[in-house]
Amino acid sequence: MKFTEDHEWLRPEDDLLVVGITEHASSQLGDVVFVELPEPETQVAKGDEIVVIESVKAASDIAAPVEGEIVAVNEKLMENPAMVNEDPLGEAWFFKIKPTDMSEYEAYMDEDAYQDLVG
Amino acid sequence: MSDLNRTPLFALNAELGGKMVGFAGWEMPVQFAPGVMKEHLHCRAACGLFDVSHMGQVLLHGAGAAEALEALVPVDIIGLKPGRQRYALFTNDEGGILDDLMVANYGDRLMVVVNAANAEADIAHLKRHIEGVEVVENRALIALQGPKAEAVLASAIEDFPARFMDIAEVESAFGDLWISRSGYTGEDGFEVSVPANRAEDFARKLLAHEACEPIGLGARDSLRLEAGLCLHGQDIDATTTPVEAALTWALSKARKPGGARAGGYPGAAVIEAQLADGPARLRVGLAPEGRAPMRAGVELFSGDDPAGTITSGAFSPCLERPISMGYVSAALASPGTALEAELRGRRQPLQTATLPFIPANFKR
Repeated sequence: MKFTEDHEWLRPEDDLLVVGITEHASSQLGDVVFVELPEPETQVAKGDEIVVIESVKAASDIAAPVEGEIVAVNEKLMENPAMVNEDPLGEAWFFKIKPTDMSEYEAYMDEDAYQDLVG
Repeated sequence: MSDLNRTPLFALNAELGGKMVGFAGWEMPVQFAPGVMKEHLHCRAACGLFDVSHMGQVLLHGAGAAEALEALVPVDIIGLKPGRQRYALFTNDEGGILDDLMVANYGDRLMVVVNAANAEADIAHLKRHIEGVEVVENRALIALQGPKAEAVLASAIEDFPARFMDIAEVESAFGDLWISRSGYTGEDGFEVSVPANRAEDFARKLLAHEACEPIGLGARDSLRLEAGLCLHGQDIDATTTPVEAALTWALSKARKPGGARAGGYPGAAVIEAQLADGPARLRVGLAPEGRAPMRAGVELFSGDDPAGTITSGAFSPCLERPISMGYVSAALASPGTALEAELRGRRQPLQTATLPFIPANFKR
């Protein structure tokens, strides 16, 4: 598993990456009340803001960590946004993306480096 | 955050796990460990304790104080009986709202409680027009809100005001307390002014009651929005009049046209004209469809025409859906009017709604 500076986690699954947000991000956001997900089968560029998360405090965006195609989205989050607080690293994944170039994944931080970042 | 003021409960808030943020020049807990949602629900179900010591507490002394304060607000202060409190608004010459405030009659003095963000300006305003203004220092202000608030307060002191908007000065084991039965959540409850050096002991005693938990500013905001209450600087300000803000109920009969002391406050002509002719826009409740909250600044449309702006929005923990309020053209203000909001570049449906979203639970 790798991590972005924007507090996303990326987990390889065959030739896909599963993407979610870290516990640190989820606790900073507070209670999540709404999640808007991208359409499956859309092509996205690295940095595109493709997910909206609304917490009791504010709205925030999640950017696509790599260029690629959205293959699946976790529709359970739309029914039950609180999953993002309850199980951010497991059940509450946001989308699966098929990277154009898997080496973009390798450039991200490992867990130790991420833990150093969030202290 | 070193230039921020700290309340007498700062150390206790930190010890209780409060997540501190800067708010109106003060270092305040925005939430505690349970988070905004659980704190909010706890307050509605039992009792929340809020440190509101950042708010401005001001005493007005002297025989002419009521008359002098009356000249600044469209509210009957001369007729405010000892032991009672009333909601009031400082207006400007355009009829705009400089701040909203509570005025209590303690018999030998009036007490005014104003918003932290406006306290400095309000105090200057009062001093320009009234002699005998005393800014209260060395006191905390603690709000207890919720259906168990009375039981919690009764576990700490013997005497307290009996009905909504009653006030009392009470000698207690925690010093001389100035108590009003009021708040900012729509629930029964109290706001207690307590000497700073006794505030922590008092708060600890209240929190020792099983029904009482500390609540941060985050839940304070969602609670007041469910209750349909305005936040100055957001839902009301110097450019909105009490009539536009749907606060006409706060204008006392004696100060309205035909009343015994009609007019005679800043902006009376503007406000009286709006009372007679109706305002161009009105503050209303707004119910977004779907689950996405619509917050302050979101623009509203009726078809292709601009219809207004949202001034507050949140996800309602009690209703489990988003709620907002804002201003719409008066013609669109009746409850159930279908509008659209522009959210992240897309039009989303919402309807005007009756305020409050959650009925008040006051002890009358």
